Amino acid sequence: MNTGLRRSTGAYAGIPFWIYPIAAAGALLVMLPLAAMAARVNWANFVPLVTSQSSLDALGLSLRTSAVSTVLCIVLGVPLALVLARGSFPGQRLLRSFVLLPLVLPPVVGGIALLYTFGRQGLLGRSLEVLGIQIAFSTAAVVIAQTFVALPFLVVSLEGTLRTTGSRYEAVAATLGAKPATVLRRVTLPLVLPGLASGAVLSFARSLGEFGATLTFAGSLQGVTRTLPLEIYLQRETDADSAVALSLVLVAVAVTVVSVSHRGPRRPAAPPFGSRPVPGERTTAESAAGGDVR
Amino acid sequence: MTFQLEAAVAARSFDVSLTVGPMETVAVMGPNGAGKSTLLAVIAGLLRPDTGMAHLDGRPLFDLGAGRSAWTAPHHRGTALLAQEPMLFPHLTALENVAFGPRSRGLSRSRARDAGRHWLRAVDAAELESRRPAELSGGQAQRVAVARALAADPGLLLLDEPMAALDIHAAPLLRRLLKRVLEGRRAIIITHDVLDALMLADRVVVLENGKISEAGATRDVLQRPKSRFAAGLAGLNLVAGTLTEHGIRTADGQDIAGLHDPQLDVPHPHIPLPEAATASAAGNGVQERSAAGNAGLLAPGRDGVAVFPPSAVSVFLTEAHGSPRNSFPVTITDLEPHGDQIRVRAGGLSADVTPAASADLGLAPGMKVFFVIKAGAVSVYPA
Repeated sequence: MNTGLRRSTGAYAGIPFWIYPIAAAGALLVMLPLAAMAARVNWANFVPLVTSQSSLDALGLSLRTSAVSTVLCIVLGVPLALVLARGSFPGQRLLRSFVLLPLVLPPVVGGIALLYTFGRQGLLGRSLEVLGIQIAFSTAAVVIAQTFVALPFLVVSLEGTLRTTGSRYEAVAATLGAKPATVLRRVTLPLVLPGLASGAVLSFARSLGEFGATLTFAGSLQGVTRTLPLEIYLQRETDADSAVALSLVLVAVAVTVVSVSHRGPRRPAAPPFGSRPVPGERTTAESAAGGDVR
Repeated sequence: MTFQLEAAVAARSFDVSLTVGPMETVAVMGPNGAGKSTLLAVIAGLLRPDTGMAHLDGRPLFDLGAGRSAWTAPHHRGTALLAQEPMLFPHLTALENVAFGPRSRGLSRSRARDAGRHWLRAVDAAELESRRPAELSGGQAQRVAVARALAADPGLLLLDEPMAALDIHAAPLLRRLLKRVLEGRRAIIITHDVLDALMLADRVVVLENGKISEAGATRDVLQRPKSRFAAGLAGLNLVAGTLTEHGIRTADGQDIAGLHDPQLDVPHPHIPLPEAATASAAGNGVQERSAAGNAGLLAPGRDGVAVFPPSAVSVFLTEAHGSPRNSFPVTITDLEPHGDQIRVRAGGLSADVTPAASADLGLAPGMKVFFVIKAGAVSVYPA
């Protein structure tokens, strides 16, 4: 039991040996820069650096706006994922392409697009201006920019889960007399909760790291729109030690969020050959039927 | 107070009309892809037929066609569906699963749980109430699924091969349970197992290629099958053709001598009776009716079938003559164990021989042999 549960079952892994060095190179590419940065941290001044007023403002703003945009992503993304996965209507494929666009779009382009929508001279901005609402260069703009770039993460993750789960449980629930709203609340959402959770975590992490769209659309006002990534970029020009210290904070927050909520991939669909079945006389058919999500 | 259905789905060449009485269980049998699951999906409201109508105890389920487009959503139909897999909601306990239907019907949480407990007891699964589906064996899970379907108080219970995914130990238990709970309840059960039809159903409907090819009381269908599928269920050989004086003649001109079945079963509404039979049926006396019926129904030229058990077929390497025997040249397609016999399959026919005889004759797939049947073992009756 010294090499972890999976290894200890002695199940055949089916991986050629030369995969390991390549995988190691991939892991290094991710981990080495983080290590290099951690090595540059000025530990003596670390606490004063990260607790300066501007740093605390930026961190607080980042956490608050990311939390709000994650909620927005859930509120808007769950219905989007549902209609994309389960609905059928003309233009569905086109809609999916557009929803996923921010994944591949440079964030600065997203920021410009948002500016021409909500900006003072923008498509909606002009009408909002009349109502006395100004969005661009406000904290609301930060949230909108973050939601814009983070929404596809939630939609992709949840739509995938909805597809793999299938709609057979929902059909059974309906024949038992549950109306569609009840089916959604008591069957669909609980079944896709893992996908929803990991989508929400990804959205939060993406919001936390958002830079380009925020800078373009919301600007960089301390305490109002200057989130942690913007603060780091600004500090880098003048005070490298401070930038590195704040970067480390951001890494720590991201690692914590991901490791707490994202418990890694689910266990495999089929048990490995030669593994002992769980207590009782479970057959393959019933373990398949009893598995949480297919 | 009946369930009545007429439905057509053009894309699946499905066209079925069916009536189920208030306390009747109907078994739907047929080869794979015959449209059995389509039938249940249409009834449950999970699939919209192109045309047709259905109503359950006076409530319309759908009415579709030129200028008509009434449609009742699945959750308003009262047609609970029990599938091959239990499909228990994995995030709910057994009790919460069973209470799901009552809760959806608007019962309070505690009353729904009471109803759930009642139905768990009814399927002998009271002790499982706090378990999650992942902690149940296949048989236990299916019992809970039965309770869940019954708790929804369906006007029509739909069972889609409920025993198919169970192992050989769990299936008989569930079959006994279903026999108990289906008593006095209206249900349609899809099954591949003739035992289910015998134990659970009052009537059998055979679906082939989206159409009903045969329907009747379970006993009648198994004793006097009229389709090759039903004959296969009953373990009988069936040859179709036209009636002759001494038996039937197949489409390719082969004569099969047999005994005209003296029994005249109760005329089925689906089969129009010739005047002679109807007229005498109105008269009195069973003897007289069957005699007259025979004369009318077995008129040469009508479509008929010859039916005989595989045990009545002998296998010879050369043509064996001697009346009254039927002898067909056939090519063996398969040999397989069948009880303590060897079943010899040749095209659509089969013969049972002892292992010793099979070894003596050196039977093997691809061999040309003769199937010989005594005329006395062949029943001939109209299709």
